[in-house]
Amino acid sequence: MTALTKLFLLAVEESGTVFSVPFLRFYVFVLAGFVGYQIITKVPALLHTPLMSATNAISGISLVGSLVAAGAHYSEVSTVLGFFAVTAATINVVGGFMITDRMLKMFKRQERK
Amino acid sequence: MLSSVLQLAQGMVAATEPAAAATSTGPELREFFIQVAYLAASVLFILGLRGLTAPDRARRGMQLAAIGMLVAVVGTLIDHRIVEFQWILLGLVVGSGVGAAISIWMPMTAVPQRTAISHAFGALAATLVGISHYHYLTHMLHQEIGGVEMAALGFEVMFGSLTITGSLMAFGKLQELLTSAPITYRFQNESNIGLFVVAVCLFVYLVFTPSDAASHAPVFYLMVLVGLAVGVLIVVPIGGADMPVVISLLNSYAGLASSATGFALGNNVLIIAGALDGASGFLLSILMSKAMNRSFSNVLFGAFGGAATTAATTTVAGLTVRSVSVEDAAAQLAYAREVIVVPGYGMAVAQAQHQVRELAELVEKRGGEVKFAIHPVAGRMPGHMNVLLAEANVPYDKLFDMDEINSEFTRADVALVIGANDVVNPAARNDPSSPIYGMPILNADQAKSVIVLKRSMNPGFAGIENELFYDPKCSLLFGDAKSSLTKLVGAVKTA
Repeated sequence: MTALTKLFLLAVEESGTVFSVPFLRFYVFVLAGFVGYQIITKVPALLHTPLMSATNAISGISLVGSLVAAGAHYSEVSTVLGFFAVTAATINVVGGFMITDRMLKMFKRQERK
Repeated sequence: MLSSVLQLAQGMVAATEPAAAATSTGPELREFFIQVAYLAASVLFILGLRGLTAPDRARRGMQLAAIGMLVAVVGTLIDHRIVEFQWILLGLVVGSGVGAAISIWMPMTAVPQRTAISHAFGALAATLVGISHYHYLTHMLHQEIGGVEMAALGFEVMFGSLTITGSLMAFGKLQELLTSAPITYRFQNESNIGLFVVAVCLFVYLVFTPSDAASHAPVFYLMVLVGLAVGVLIVVPIGGADMPVVISLLNSYAGLASSATGFALGNNVLIIAGALDGASGFLLSILMSKAMNRSFSNVLFGAFGGAATTAATTTVAGLTVRSVSVEDAAAQLAYAREVIVVPGYGMAVAQAQHQVRELAELVEKRGGEVKFAIHPVAGRMPGHMNVLLAEANVPYDKLFDMDEINSEFTRADVALVIGANDVVNPAARNDPSSPIYGMPILNADQAKSVIVLKRSMNPGFAGIENELFYDPKCSLLFGDAKSSLTKLVGAVKTA
């Protein structure tokens, strides 16, 4: 806990205000997590497998960070690491969304006569 | 919404003309478009997940989320820092090819493995971005990294690295490259906790030591290595039946690693998407633990041992099981008015879901009613049985959660248990000495009769004897679930 307080004070010191940028990002994180939790409690157990592959595809958003690393020409090391990151994240994004769709397509209601 | 996408597209065009880019669209304007794209993507992700709350809206929801991802990627490509596209393009093409190939040709029974390995890919991307960012700041810019930024980077690579190897271990166990039984040795928990403490110490050192210190970079890379080791060692002692909890936890960690990447790069869409994933994985692991009546720490540190097994076997000594012929079992099913099917991991292993559906259709054609009772931890990941049965064209309104169906077993003529064991073990209700005591179970033992399809008399994963099998109204049909079911289908047809 003291380490956290220290970190907070460090953030205040670095940005010169209590409403530091890292602190605002923390707000975003907490609120997004809260929204996620609220929505996901309403997802029926029936769809828990597609849910996991969907959130996994969405967390492939690290692709966005990889793109900059791979394309910014910072250094050869950065570019190579970035390239592998882009590849891994794209596998997740493309594979994740496709397989989620393939699964969801299978869930059908009983045909009523 | 549409117009902003159009504007983004124009930005893209500008970005591909290097000469024009410098003059016509300044970095500020581009940054504005990028932020608009990220905001739109965040909203689309949330709407997409909301779609999953109802099966008939789910597909549309996920399409929205996919559009969100596209918007975020296109938005990022106009970033003024991106000066060369060849590696990006190659990565996108290779990644799309591999991702698409896996998702098209992978059999549905392999969903748990695929999920595990995709957590590894997601964490790998986050970790590599973190290392690349650290390398750029320290070795290229020789820039001082602030404590807060270092904390974000540290979280990113630590969560990332332990998720990479943890997920690979989970993948190995699910794919049966590694034994799915817990691998245990002396002082395992002590050494694991010790290693974890080492990782935390390295992390704290990095945050509170100026980044230009000579020791800083070696400690950073050492922390990545320790993270990788922790990932291996915490998953190795966890057995196959506990995989639903582990997969959910790794899902959560992969999300947190993405979120930390967002903190390190100052990128809100990463923070939001990662937080959504983190929350989802966290919630699922809570649900899974509850369904096993175990705490997180019990799953992570309490590999099922042998001591409890001997205690439980004595209670059934002297009792005998009753095996049943295909014809008798078929006759029971053919004349049943209500049948409740309890699928378990054994159905997945035998890939018997299509035969199950065929049998259910036959019983219904004869006037019976068939329902499916799904225990939350049946199978190897949350919702595993639902996906397999949906693949076999079982309508989802016949699939019932434990809470919905448990009161109906007393009315059922036959409970048909297919390759499930611990989730129907009455010891969880009656025997306080049983390791699974207190775990919520499906009340299959309350049905008028019970037929269990089982490969052999080997106890289930937990190594606990199941007194249900010795119940006088329970009969066992031995053999591979798929071939037993095929025979049952044939016999019901002629019954």
